[in-house]
Amino acid sequence: MTDPLSEPIIELEPIEGFAAGPSAPTTSKTGASTATVGHRVDAGDDPNVPLLEVRNLCVEFKTEDGIVKAVQNVSYTLCEGETLGIVGESGSGKTVTSLAVLGLLPKKAKVTGEVLFRGRNLVTMGEREMQSIRGRRIAMIFQDALASLNPVFKVGDQIAEAINVHADGKIGTDDERVIELLDLVGIPNPKARASQYPHEFSGGMRQRAMIAMSIANDPDVIIADEPTTALDVTIQAQVLEVLERVQDRTGSAVLLITHDLGVVAGVTDRILVMYAGRQVETSTVDDVFYQPSHPYAQGLLASLPRLDRRRDGERLYRIKGQPPSLIFLPPGCAFNPCCPAAEPGLCDVTKRDLIEVSPDHLSACHFAQDMFDGTREAVS
Amino acid sequence: MSDAATAPLGLEPFALPGVEPILEIRDLVKVFPVRSGLMRRVTGGVQAVSGISFTLGRGQTVGVVGESGCGKSTMGRLLLRLIDATSGSVQFDGENVLAMGGREMKLFRRRAQIVFQDPYASLNPRMTVRTIIGEPLGIAGRSKEDTATRVKEIMELVGLNPEYGNRFPHEFSGGQRQRIGIARAISTEPEFLVLDEPVSALDVSIQAGVVNVLEDLQDRLGLSYVFIAHDLSVVRHISDVVAVMYLGKIVEIGPANQVYERASHPSTQALLSAVPLPDPRLERARTRIVLEGDVPSPVDPPSGCRFRTRCWKAQVV
Repeated sequence: MTDPLSEPIIELEPIEGFAAGPSAPTTSKTGASTATVGHRVDAGDDPNVPLLEVRNLCVEFKTEDGIVKAVQNVSYTLCEGETLGIVGESGSGKTVTSLAVLGLLPKKAKVTGEVLFRGRNLVTMGEREMQSIRGRRIAMIFQDALASLNPVFKVGDQIAEAINVHADGKIGTDDERVIELLDLVGIPNPKARASQYPHEFSGGMRQRAMIAMSIANDPDVIIADEPTTALDVTIQAQVLEVLERVQDRTGSAVLLITHDLGVVAGVTDRILVMYAGRQVETSTVDDVFYQPSHPYAQGLLASLPRLDRRRDGERLYRIKGQPPSLIFLPPGCAFNPCCPAAEPGLCDVTKRDLIEVSPDHLSACHFAQDMFDGTREAVS
Repeated sequence: MSDAATAPLGLEPFALPGVEPILEIRDLVKVFPVRSGLMRRVTGGVQAVSGISFTLGRGQTVGVVGESGCGKSTMGRLLLRLIDATSGSVQFDGENVLAMGGREMKLFRRRAQIVFQDPYASLNPRMTVRTIIGEPLGIAGRSKEDTATRVKEIMELVGLNPEYGNRFPHEFSGGQRQRIGIARAISTEPEFLVLDEPVSALDVSIQAGVVNVLEDLQDRLGLSYVFIAHDLSVVRHISDVVAVMYLGKIVEIGPANQVYERASHPSTQALLSAVPLPDPRLERARTRIVLEGDVPSPVDPPSGCRFRTRCWKAQVV
């Protein structure tokens, strides 16, 4: 996160007063002090607890075929200014986890556990109160920027709206603040761009506009759900750089959801690996990459083709089988049917909860400690 | 338009030495008409492919990479004449594909096939897997019994359980569907396949299995591939030769390891440096070239070098 690019081509002029959160004085309804590192404190906030703490989060959906256990017992802590990556394949529950944080799941979803934002539980919070947090204190960037922007409104209007929703004042398309935000995310000629429509923006520009919108209220947490998946690598690099810059400027914490392990390696501090709705490994980015202690994490890393290595005729490592149905989860460990290190009579019978293999490194495997120590391997 | 017909710097199109060519592409151009106004008159053209030349060796893989809109998929379709080229030539085993008549085309289609990106959109949801894989065989004039045994063989070859032949595509996962797509493509025993982003829609853990199947098939059947993808890591893994495209042109082509280790075109360098590596320490130590702006419109490509609008080395002459 702290690694500055030696050749920054996108030059962003420092904007005076931005770091202090220019919208803070108007949006803080309680009038509480905003002096602490640019972040406001609302009534009910407990400044002595972590920014975002998720405890035993479970999400279930009732369907005709049975109950889909989309997320089971996910717990993590996100501290100020930190970037946490949630990785896993499609259907592993990454997106559902983040939607649950913002209370954006459909009504039929059964959410249990706690999502503590500054000590306040968002799961049990009323919709009215939730609205004062959503988009203002916790913002979201979605994967598909074209689908997330309204095609019949000017981009500037949509950014202004994000501000107006939480403020008493009404600002327009070409408000200074809107231009400033567009400029901050590296959109050239922001004044002219503000009065254009989403279809006039390219994919990368749209995603920048989404980032501008998400940071409009200087949020404490930005949840970015596959923000670069639909983009070319060159554009992805631009968008990731903007995201990093914005984070440096605003001090927001970022929850980055992605399936791209390369992106995670570059921009996150900590990682949470999910498999079949469960949290299988959590640690610092280096620990997960260099000492993966869950067979799934080991397999996932081994199956990546490498840009920086000759292959010399070697085949890629392949995780056998496929993830189980979330309705009919196998007894014991969900990864057991695909796991080369699984032990019959143990792994197919009992599920292991997360154990600490070293400080701040959790893995949900019976052999996690051996995996961490390197005395047992799941990838041959 | 005029510059498209000349090979860059008068060099011979790239080919690996000592390999028998199966496909020779020379100065391939495709212009899509741009229509506008009430009468939908042709008012201009988009040059999607602007004079591409390269040679594919038998049993080899040429990987084609580039950003969206650089013309790589259009090129793949031109090679199989799924769309007609504006000019240029595609020699398949000594015959010009672009000049083939109906009968020759039918034979050519048996020998050259394509696998599409989206395994959800490219399989007919109302046909069983057996019918999907067997359809090209029927067209090729095989008997029913012959087709049935061949379908079983192929399903095994790509790692699908032949007992699932009566199932429908929706009963399979993404990776399995892509195997069905590959099975259909190889059913007529082709020699050459265009693989258009065959693993882009798949999760990494699934992707590895499909890439391995493609490599196994190549080893066993001596297939030649044109592998189109935007994922540079997969392309390095599977390709013998890599071609980098930018706005309809090949800007760099060479043996895979050479292109990846000693990229000599700024656009290749930028593309490679933009790919995040799944290695935190390396990633932190890396210097990234972040390109400014987007790919220019192919309707009105920049004069001179097409990359110049985003190139940090560009100079005014």
